[in-house]
Amino acid sequence: MERGSSAEKDGVVVTVLDPKFKYEIATEPGGENIKYCFQCGTCTSGCPVAELDGKYNPRRIIRMAILGMRERVLSSDFIWLCSTCYTCYERCPQDVRITEVMNALKNMAVRAGYVHPAFRAQAELIAAHGRLYEVDEFTNEKRAELGLPTLPSGSPEVAEIYGMTGLASLLSGKGA
Amino acid sequence: MKYAIFLGCTVPVRNLSYELSARRAAACLGVEFVDIPEFSCCGYPTRSVHHETSLLLAARNLALAEERGLDICTLCSACTSVLTEASRKLATDEGLLEKVNRSLGAVGRRYLGKVRVKHLARVFYEDVGPDAIKNAVKRPLDAFRIASHYGCHYLKPSEIYDRFDHPEVPKSLDELVTATGAQAVDYATKKECCGGAILAVDEELALRMARAKLDDIKASGADAINLICPFCSVMYGANQRKIQTKYGAKYDLPIMYYPQVLGLALGIDAEELGLSQNPVKPRAILAKIS
Ligand code: SF4
Ligand code: SF4
Repeated sequence: MERGSSAEKDGVVVTVLDPKFKYEIATEPGGENIKYCFQCGTCTSGCPVAELDGKYNPRRIIRMAILGMRERVLSSDFIWLCSTCYTCYERCPQDVRITEVMNALKNMAVRAGYVHPAFRAQAELIAAHGRLYEVDEFTNEKRAELGLPTLPSGSPEVAEIYGMTGLASLLSGKGA
Repeated sequence: MKYAIFLGCTVPVRNLSYELSARRAAACLGVEFVDIPEFSCCGYPTRSVHHETSLLLAARNLALAEERGLDICTLCSACTSVLTEASRKLATDEGLLEKVNRSLGAVGRRYLGKVRVKHLARVFYEDVGPDAIKNAVKRPLDAFRIASHYGCHYLKPSEIYDRFDHPEVPKSLDELVTATGAQAVDYATKKECCGGAILAVDEELALRMARAKLDDIKASGADAINLICPFCSVMYGANQRKIQTKYGAKYDLPIMYYPQVLGLALGIDAEELGLSQNPVKPRAILAKIS
């Protein structure tokens, strides 16, 4: 049984639906248009990830979210599989902006404690170095040899921003 | 034509040849770059995790360019999308701008909403223009067939880019290639995504995405793939051998950054364009040229 998402009723496991979930998504930046979806399937039919692997299906994720399957959606690995290519965003006849809805869902998942390890690692590197990759001495030497300007390593302002928004404590698991 | 050059995270550490060639080719065509050492990550990688942090990182970078009175030219397509979106939102939503500035104030920055953002390829396409490039060419690449990979964030979402090129039927990169004298090669999966964004989530799936495209480009008979994004270069360049091994394929498809293609046509030395550092070197092209 998934955490908080299902209940046993007469021996059958049913998913507990949260009718407020879709309204919550709609107040999240990027999630505003989720309720416009009329399930035409245009998103899935053009999705390069869905084309290669059926476990990812944007139309189904939107449907599950609208139905209120909060825990199942937020705890799933599949929301992290959107390659953010914007194909569906361009083509959706209802302007649902699925790419952004996926982002909204990922943001909500992080707050619910489900940050994907790859994305956590990236976020932590940026906090530590101001960039995804540290500009170390070796890099700067190579840059100088090629006649490229050297770069500072680390950015205290970036670390400060992480502290201010609460992302630093979200990542450390202390809650925001 | 003067821009703050925005390198992002990947280019200045892992794709030096892209940066090198961008600087050389731009200088040749009268595009001036100013370096801003305080620039950080654009904010794209934190977008999925924490929207507000991402917006603040983007806004801080925009503020740094604005302090110097400059617009931004980006090399990475992901940087282009997150910075463009932030610049457009902050230029039109005063409430959001105010809120962002309350936070930026704490790190001693303030943004007025004046900066515009353009990808390097768009700068070549719009500010310089294919005709001016044609006129500047000293060594036409007419012996070569080059397949352009547009990637996703260079053109989409199209509303933030004023539809300067069509997201479904793009032509800007092909025109830029044609301007160098080379033949722009068409192939079926031209608009498909490289898969870079999910490489760390599901490597197998990401590699299969890249493989489908490599298969197609190989079949098209292209001499090289033309790229404008460091993430796409990871997928088609750095991971090409891995894909070959994993799927028993053989591509040996050279990757080139557009400013390298352009730079060769402008007569710039291959070494100065960093061509020897590309993950899959365009040996045949270089042999014919020199
Ligand atoms: S394309 Fe838009 S309306 Fe159609 S199923 Fe996908 S999200 Fe819903
Ligand atoms: S943005 Fe995400 S959901 Fe939409 S088509 Fe691309 S990979 Fe699929």
